[in-house]
Amino acid sequence: MSESLESGAPSFLDQFPAEAKLVRATLWSSFTALILGGLFGIIQTLHRTDILRVMDSSYYYTVLTAHGVLMVVSFTIFFLVGVFTWGVVRSLDRPLVDMRYSWTWYGLMVLGTLMAVVAVLGGFVDTTEMSADVLFTFYAPLQAHPLFYGGLAIFLIGSWLAGADWFRAWYAWKREHPDERIPLQTFMALTTMLMWYIASIGITIAVVVFLLPWSLGLFDEVNALLTRTLFWFWGHPVVYFWLMPAYMLWYTVLPKLAGGRLFSDPLARVVFVLFLLLSTPVGIHHQYVDPGIAEGFKFIAMTNTMFLLLPSLLTAFTVVASMEYGARRRGGTGLFGWLRALPWARPAFTGMALAGLMFAAGGFSGMINAGMNINYLVHNTLWVPGHFHLTVGTAVGLTFMAATYWLWPQLTNKPLFSRPIGLLQVVMWFVGMALMSNAMHVSGLFGVPRRTAEPQYEGFDFTPAFGTMNEFDMQIAVGGTLLFLSLGLFIGNVVLTSLGSKQSGLGDSLPPALSGPSDSPVVLDNLKLWLGIALVLVVLAYSLPLVSIISRGGLFGPGVGTYPVIIDTFSAVVESVATTGIIETLAQFEVGVIVQ
Amino acid sequence: MHIHNYEKIWLVLAMLLIVAFISTVAYGATAMGVDMISDDEDTIDPGALDEDPRFADPRVEQVGEDEYEAYVVAQQYVFEPDPIEVPEGSTVTFYVTSRDVIHGFEIVGTNANAMVVPGEVSTFTVEFSEAGEYGVLCNEYCGDGHHVMEGSVTVVPEEEYDGGDE
Repeated sequence: MSESLESGAPSFLDQFPAEAKLVRATLWSSFTALILGGLFGIIQTLHRTDILRVMDSSYYYTVLTAHGVLMVVSFTIFFLVGVFTWGVVRSLDRPLVDMRYSWTWYGLMVLGTLMAVVAVLGGFVDTTEMSADVLFTFYAPLQAHPLFYGGLAIFLIGSWLAGADWFRAWYAWKREHPDERIPLQTFMALTTMLMWYIASIGITIAVVVFLLPWSLGLFDEVNALLTRTLFWFWGHPVVYFWLMPAYMLWYTVLPKLAGGRLFSDPLARVVFVLFLLLSTPVGIHHQYVDPGIAEGFKFIAMTNTMFLLLPSLLTAFTVVASMEYGARRRGGTGLFGWLRALPWARPAFTGMALAGLMFAAGGFSGMINAGMNINYLVHNTLWVPGHFHLTVGTAVGLTFMAATYWLWPQLTNKPLFSRPIGLLQVVMWFVGMALMSNAMHVSGLFGVPRRTAEPQYEGFDFTPAFGTMNEFDMQIAVGGTLLFLSLGLFIGNVVLTSLGSKQSGLGDSLPPALSGPSDSPVVLDNLKLWLGIALVLVVLAYSLPLVSIISRGGLFGPGVGTYPVIIDTFSAVVESVATTGIIETLAQFEVGVIVQ
Repeated sequence: MHIHNYEKIWLVLAMLLIVAFISTVAYGATAMGVDMISDDEDTIDPGALDEDPRFADPRVEQVGEDEYEAYVVAQQYVFEPDPIEVPEGSTVTFYVTSRDVIHGFEIVGTNANAMVVPGEVSTFTVEFSEAGEYGVLCNEYCGDGHHVMEGSVTVVPEEEYDGGDE
């Protein structure tokens, strides 16, 4: 059992107890968000497919906002800070500089999440005017409670400080090891954080300069196209922010699980540099069918997006090659026969391999989204969430869950409660997502929209080229149910593992790459250079479109009003004026009446 | 830096694929005439649509032999006009704007699909070669009644067309 976890080596917890505690805390936060996000997920799945409607459709959007924010902000990013902390400390083989500082950023992230979630959940309570039914994208002029924007800002600050923590650890390490290459996992964390800092410029301006003061009533109007464009300035690179920890796990942990080692350290670095360079100057591809943005800018974003395929295609090669290498070392032979030699009984391996397979499928539908003219057919249809449930929902989510089966014992010194349940869980996730995502993609092709409580209309029916709406709805519902059950098995397994008794020797080492860092050009480690080029590319891609949007509509927009999502009743408007003292504009008042 | 031969081949194929994708988009944009929604139209005050010559009275207007213009207003939770009536065989340029929040305008089962942003006018041209009823739906979340927001395009046989007035 050479691949066994019980290697007898000291675990991460043995070596770095303080850091292990922090990583456990971030992962618990991540899993809490996951279970809540999953609960909202199953409610909305059954609601929109009209199988079980337990609430009025107006609450659907509260559920959808909670699902989106909890899954793609809290679950993913809490996991990221945990796995990056682990990866940086492990690969530098030194502790963080100051744990009080580290707990501070974690605390800020928790505080920010709680603020935003309270604001969102306020949407369920009719007696409060607090609400944030603005979905994950919070497009103005729909307006959320200030607590939502404030929470988001504090969460982001926490994530920036976390990045600074890893840079501090790296600087400290560099003084101790002046002439060494940046260890691979640290390199991956640092380049990802540089990308994150650049991406954050967009959302910071949108939230801090415009949306937060606007929600506090400091001004009445915003430029809807500007805040939307700033959102997507951040909104695409955030996709890679979710993905990069999964990539780190595929590059550094998956080859080990397969029984081998990473193929090439230098190419792994090239891939992360490419993501740093290309993740941000592409956000306009989410706005292909937006008015007010010239076709030429869209074409530039499209070209950049297509080149962004390159690092993912390189990753596909490296991951498969590393797995094949591992399988052949385990005695696998033949053109495809080596696949049988892989450790399919291990949930950590199987989960990550299935996640990678789903990422290939998600990559294909992503290529279609990226095609500017074919995007007309699928834009804002159910195709799009079908796509990102493969990417963030499986490539990222399933990889995180699978990695937990490998990492959690090393953080707790407790062996995994059940491997068979873990295996069942990852396979269920794969099957559930295959059903749900397939039906979502197909439904999108015949025009079923995303983000709606009731995709059933009075004046027309959808006409699938094959199958019936009912069949696709059933696929979505069955798939969603499997996903929810799978999630329950995951959480149960982690909780039962944590309730188990401690053992020693659960540590597992990661072997160096076949082609090591000494083979890679030194320039790859020049982070300042790559940061500089990335900034230049962002300026090239975004300065003209932003200048154009502002010069066309003005910083505060061509007279766009304010539409708080809180207007439930006429009295709620009056009450909110009375209690908050915010000067409501006449426009809002009128809308309140029209809605009723 | 050592790169395995297979990986070099893979790299070249990946680059070819990327260039091919970009070429197909460029081909669609030039040879097949798939225009992107762009920034041709000036911004507009969404609070003053009632004073705008195009949007005060949302309608379809004939501008050439088989050419029409449709001025459409989206607002929570309706499209105007409804139905949008055009003759078979016509080429219709849509001008769509919003009175309040961001909406979507999607003619179901076709690739006519645009974001509708308050302050901006989305414009795109559609050829209607077959008579029939087409559903229109809002595909961007626009408030708690978003799911009831729908409209329609009615394409009538040319001889039955009465000018599109409701």
